[in-house]
Amino acid sequence: MKNDYLDETPQLLKVLNWISVLLLLIASWMVFFYAPLEAVMGQVQRVFYFHVAAGWLGMAAFFVAVVAGIAYLIRRTAKWDVLGVAAVELGLIYMFVNIVSGSIWARPAWNSWWTWDPRLVTATVMELVYLAYLMLRQGIEEPERRARFGAVYAILGFATVPLTFFSIRIWRTIHPVVIGSGDAGAKGSFEMTSTMLQTFMFSLATFTVLGIVLLWHRYRLGKLEAQVEEMRMEALDY
Amino acid sequence: MEIKSPGFLASIKAILWKDIAIEWRSRQMLSAMMIFALLVILIFNFALELDARARINVTAGVLWATFAFAGTLGLNRSMAIEKEGDALDGLLLAPIDRSTIYFGKLLGNLLFMFVVELITLPVYSVLYNVNLFNAGLLLVIVLGSLGYAAVGTLLASMAVQARTRDLLLPVLLFPVVIPALVAAIRASSGFLSGLEVEFIMPSLNLLIAYDLVMLALAYMFFDFVIEE
Amino acid sequence: MIEVTGLSKRFANKHVLKGLEITVTPGEIVALLGANGAGKTTLLRILAALSNPTLGKIKIGGHALPAEAAAARGRIGFLGHKTLLYSDLSAEQNLLFCSRLYGIQNANSRVDEVLELVNLFRRKRDPVRIFSRGMLQRLSIGRAILHNPQVLLLDEAHTGLDQDSAAMLNELLRSLSKEGATILMASHDLDRVSELAYRVDVLVSGRIAASRSKSEKSSSSLAQFYADALQSEKRGPRGN
Repeated sequence: MKNDYLDETPQLLKVLNWISVLLLLIASWMVFFYAPLEAVMGQVQRVFYFHVAAGWLGMAAFFVAVVAGIAYLIRRTAKWDVLGVAAVELGLIYMFVNIVSGSIWARPAWNSWWTWDPRLVTATVMELVYLAYLMLRQGIEEPERRARFGAVYAILGFATVPLTFFSIRIWRTIHPVVIGSGDAGAKGSFEMTSTMLQTFMFSLATFTVLGIVLLWHRYRLGKLEAQVEEMRMEALDY
Repeated sequence: MEIKSPGFLASIKAILWKDIAIEWRSRQMLSAMMIFALLVILIFNFALELDARARINVTAGVLWATFAFAGTLGLNRSMAIEKEGDALDGLLLAPIDRSTIYFGKLLGNLLFMFVVELITLPVYSVLYNVNLFNAGLLLVIVLGSLGYAAVGTLLASMAVQARTRDLLLPVLLFPVVIPALVAAIRASSGFLSGLEVEFIMPSLNLLIAYDLVMLALAYMFFDFVIEE
Repeated sequence: MIEVTGLSKRFANKHVLKGLEITVTPGEIVALLGANGAGKTTLLRILAALSNPTLGKIKIGGHALPAEAAAARGRIGFLGHKTLLYSDLSAEQNLLFCSRLYGIQNANSRVDEVLELVNLFRRKRDPVRIFSRGMLQRLSIGRAILHNPQVLLLDEAHTGLDQDSAAMLNELLRSLSKEGATILMASHDLDRVSELAYRVDVLVSGRIAASRSKSEKSSSSLAQFYADALQSEKRGPRGN
């Protein structure tokens, strides 16, 4: 690994840092003041903008982990592994935001903190899969094996996501849920006006930029860690 | 002396036979799995405390939860055998296709799961006065166990190489096996309550899809997991 | 036949083998000496196709590694630090299983033959679990030669063997090499080495640093030669 990460933060990243903060502020303003008040659900509906954006980006992050995993298995260069871990951690954070905000939404809407909605359950299962990924990595000492196993599990885990989603959907259609809320389809169904759409798209863009910034920082951190480790091993060799 | 490289099926058979022979001589795994399964069923009885009618509804769930938990014992033990004395190296040294190791272990794991399941069914029937002799149920058990073992064999191979090996397998396995469990429970329940087949088909289809996808992925990844 | 050029092996950040070269011809017994952790086991495992090299060209039993690993395996016998045995099975069952993996015809008679060779015929039905260290080692040796390999890779083969068993092993190795087998054995035991080896290679700092044939007339003893080889490498890269 080249010594390029002891150098300072690249210009582009510094700029993006500021942009993402700005976008976050604007997006928050849009969510609370620009977007209209939804007729049926009231203020709670505002959760929707960040909730969905976080969900999509969480999935995207896990997908990046899959790509990184495949790349690692083919190329065996450590940087793909670093990217994979960074993407998983990012995904975990975004998915967590998604799950918690979904829960917050459910409470006033259906009077329970949880609904067995396929999307919410799938998000939770994904979260568990990638937490398991971290535990797997923690249990393996050799870096090469750790990277290899991580890649395999990241890919495998992602493949089960659509299967999980459909299995729960099938579950719901045959036996409507007795505990908790009502019908899956009723979740957040409302008409999206144009201002709502704009707010949503803006939130999505904000989270995307934020995600790239966080991923990039985490990636740099990971490479730095790996470099320190390499230098330590070389020092020990003599 | 003549050496012919053993064929694909011959290698799988040899590995399967070896696992059966080991279990035959030590009898450790099956008895542990069996006792565990029965204990789980007993615990469910006290945990759920249901009247006779409610019990029929939860039978599928209780059975599959039992199989899922008992299954991890078998998977762990199956891989632990190869870790002891580095016997896996012995397999890797041989002029056999490495995927035969995967299939050989998979069939062994599957076989032991079936033994446990086939003993559990009549016991549950007797304890709870529920008729479990149902062809549809047996079909679901075969398909569900296949998916479980397909992923489980791969993940057990990984877990056994980690420091936290016994803790790790359930943590890795359960999140990814959820689709199979959910579909299997749904389908089992359907068959037990005499639902029309057209309503059970979606679950069965999902289970079959799961099995195919997981078999393919596990087969592809096994090499990566056992290489040095 | 073993031919290795430019072999390097890197584990994460550790460079274990650095441009190693070694050749062993059929009928030769070559001993590999080296300090603990020098890379002897790593080298043997790479030659056995258990591990992949980072760089280098390897030809073993007429096949290139790692490209033709599958074809090479049938010709290689390996004895490592672990037994490679299933402790719940009997000696006979272990060898029978092994014979099925190697596609050996007339397995039963071959297994009996090998068990006789390593003096375990009378214990063949006993579970390996109850075997002593020496018995385990003998069985592992039997396992390694079961399929009549062209190339034999041995890692500390004499460990755990009593006098008689050690003599048995020496006899076995000599007769195998007479039949044209290529034998590379890593060892710590200089006495054994001087009894058996035609040539001694010393592995230091990831390469074969020194080599001496039995046929060479030399004033220094084997022990002296070995000590000198270890010392010279220590001095080498530091230049003092």
